[in-house]
Amino acid sequence: MAWREIIYQYDGSFDGLLCCIYESYTQKERPTAILCGGDAEPNLFEIRTVPTVREHAGRVERSLRAVSNEVVPFLRRAFLTDLPDRELAIYRFVVRLYREGAPYLSRLSDDAYQPLLRAVRRLSTEVEHLRGFIRFSVFDGMLGTEIEPKNRVLPLLRAHFCDRCYNETFFIYDRTHREALLYSGGRSRIVPLEDFEMAPPDEEEASYRRLWKRFYDTVAIRERENPRLRMSNMPKRYWRTMTEFQPDAGTQPAALSAATPADGQARGAPDATPAPVKRQEPARSATASGT
Amino acid sequence: MELLDKLTILTDAAKYDAACTSSGARRHHREGMIGSTSSSIAGCCHTFSADGRCVTLLKVLLSNDCCYECKYCVNRRSNDVKRVSFTPRELAELTIGFYRRNYIEGLFLSSAVLGSPDHTTELMIRALSILRNEYRFNGYIHAKTIPGASPELVTQLGLLADRLSVNIELPSEASLKRLAPNKTRGAILAPMRQIRDQAAESKAELVRYRSAPRFAPAGQSTQLIVGATGESDRHILSLTESLYDRYRLKRVFYSAYVPVVENTLLPSLDTKPPLLREHRLYQADWLLRFYGFRAEELLDEAQPDFDPLLDPKCCWALRHPEFFPVEANRSDYESLLRVPGVGVVSARRILVARRAGPLHADDLRKLGVVMKRAQYFLTCGGRLATPLRLSPAGVAANLMAVERAALPPPAFEQLSLFDRAG
Repeated sequence: MAWREIIYQYDGSFDGLLCCIYESYTQKERPTAILCGGDAEPNLFEIRTVPTVREHAGRVERSLRAVSNEVVPFLRRAFLTDLPDRELAIYRFVVRLYREGAPYLSRLSDDAYQPLLRAVRRLSTEVEHLRGFIRFSVFDGMLGTEIEPKNRVLPLLRAHFCDRCYNETFFIYDRTHREALLYSGGRSRIVPLEDFEMAPPDEEEASYRRLWKRFYDTVAIRERENPRLRMSNMPKRYWRTMTEFQPDAGTQPAALSAATPADGQARGAPDATPAPVKRQEPARSATASGT
Repeated sequence: MELLDKLTILTDAAKYDAACTSSGARRHHREGMIGSTSSSIAGCCHTFSADGRCVTLLKVLLSNDCCYECKYCVNRRSNDVKRVSFTPRELAELTIGFYRRNYIEGLFLSSAVLGSPDHTTELMIRALSILRNEYRFNGYIHAKTIPGASPELVTQLGLLADRLSVNIELPSEASLKRLAPNKTRGAILAPMRQIRDQAAESKAELVRYRSAPRFAPAGQSTQLIVGATGESDRHILSLTESLYDRYRLKRVFYSAYVPVVENTLLPSLDTKPPLLREHRLYQADWLLRFYGFRAEELLDEAQPDFDPLLDPKCCWALRHPEFFPVEANRSDYESLLRVPGVGVVSARRILVARRAGPLHADDLRKLGVVMKRAQYFLTCGGRLATPLRLSPAGVAANLMAVERAALPPPAFEQLSLFDRAG
């Protein structure tokens, strides 16, 4: 089949991507790239902007559901990953799926399928990690935090945190993708947010951070120290936003916001400085008692 | 005393407890309460301490003021350490404060024996019921049962906690008598039996009445200290197996003995914790729980301890050449699981992927099979994955070379010493 080669441009939504698939089949074209609006640079290939039409997207979605109910949820997840050229990877997968039908879904090692599976697995791992590694700060009774994930994890963190913090008000700001998950009174929304800065901690918040840092430092068994194991269980890129790895407990946990106001520093410092000195004493006496 | 110092002392005293899991209980949010229990099956790790272990719960003692004299323990009566206790309110506020900030999944509460086991358990029950009922805490609670506490109190504790645990600590009656003179085998096993029975009863009740009270919905676990006394790996593993079979334990934890106390009955203070041995026991534990192995298959009288150079599954495979090779395209799940380099996940993927067509060695790699181990034991369409024909000794040497890369260098110093001694 001599299909025409072309570059598609779409609006960056999942429905938009489904419309690209629709366009490709109705126009008998094969996209060499599918770009999110604004990414395109002029080159040799023709570029077409594919409009997002709900009906077209719905038709593609129904056709995928006809193959298997698992396909659409899987593709939605794949769409959230940081896989380079994920749109094209998803397109190639769908082409193979249409050609081979449901049995294709068990060809886990196929070259058009396996990269997506791996990317989705990485996404799930990151979501699993962040469920634990997110650190909220309390501002006037409201919880808030910043993260820097590789994948777009907010849609997948939503259910977990809305359940866990059901009676709270909270927000999670994703600095990589510039969007925020907001939750209040049983309702949640994901909104784009260009920039955001965390407020400095108040006295109570600072004291909880100190307590947590102390707990973290104490609970490790020194004779078993194993930095390699810790790093493989908890990669270093998460440390930047975790309270226990901040230089002193009184300061901002999100090292991301470098511009911590000067008074925040000043308030944190006097409380935090004696802490490391005090910490040594009980730890030493506990081991010394044995000798 | 300041809360920060109390927290330090009571964490320091609790840290040798290996159990730190938040799995097994699923409870969604409730109106007016704080939190839920993890929505994922495996629990949720909130951080990893410098020793690489998962921290999911606020692991503290209610008090370290102990009246027992267990020789291996920092909190024993005769040891000169500062004695402190949390008030129930301090503990509740700390738990809630940490929980809301997503530092932890819940509370792990243990305690030294204050006066008597019953008195201690009563204090724990008071602290937990304040946390649950007054502070409306709906997250995970793991409570430690004090050996010798009366059954009624254990029942109350189980209704407040998600998981209960009774630590066996020393793997035999003789060792207990020698090192923990205030504890007996009976006092440890009686509450285990009670927890097993009541948890089963509660489950049956729940089927009939949705709102029946839940007794320890996440089951129970225990811990064994490895390396403080002379028991063999075989002894420990068969004990583990019977605990899983007879007492329906969710987990058995192993804790490499860290010498904190000088005593003629114990290894000297400069002994390094037997981390590799602990690691091998965990590997074997997984083989028992997920891979369908039995303890007597892994170790026998001729070989009572694990090989430090090779993992238990590889050892088993090398001892059973008649079982191999296993054909990836035809063998059942149970046989696939016995192949070194194939795990629960990759075995399932093989079952799915081979429905679509025959698998080759290259596909297996993509499915997550660790070919550097599996190549000697798996065939694809009748062809062995490795082009080389090796003698059993050659296979063993290659597997050991693979394993060596995975072991941390300090383990090697420990190994050579171990070899010379044996």
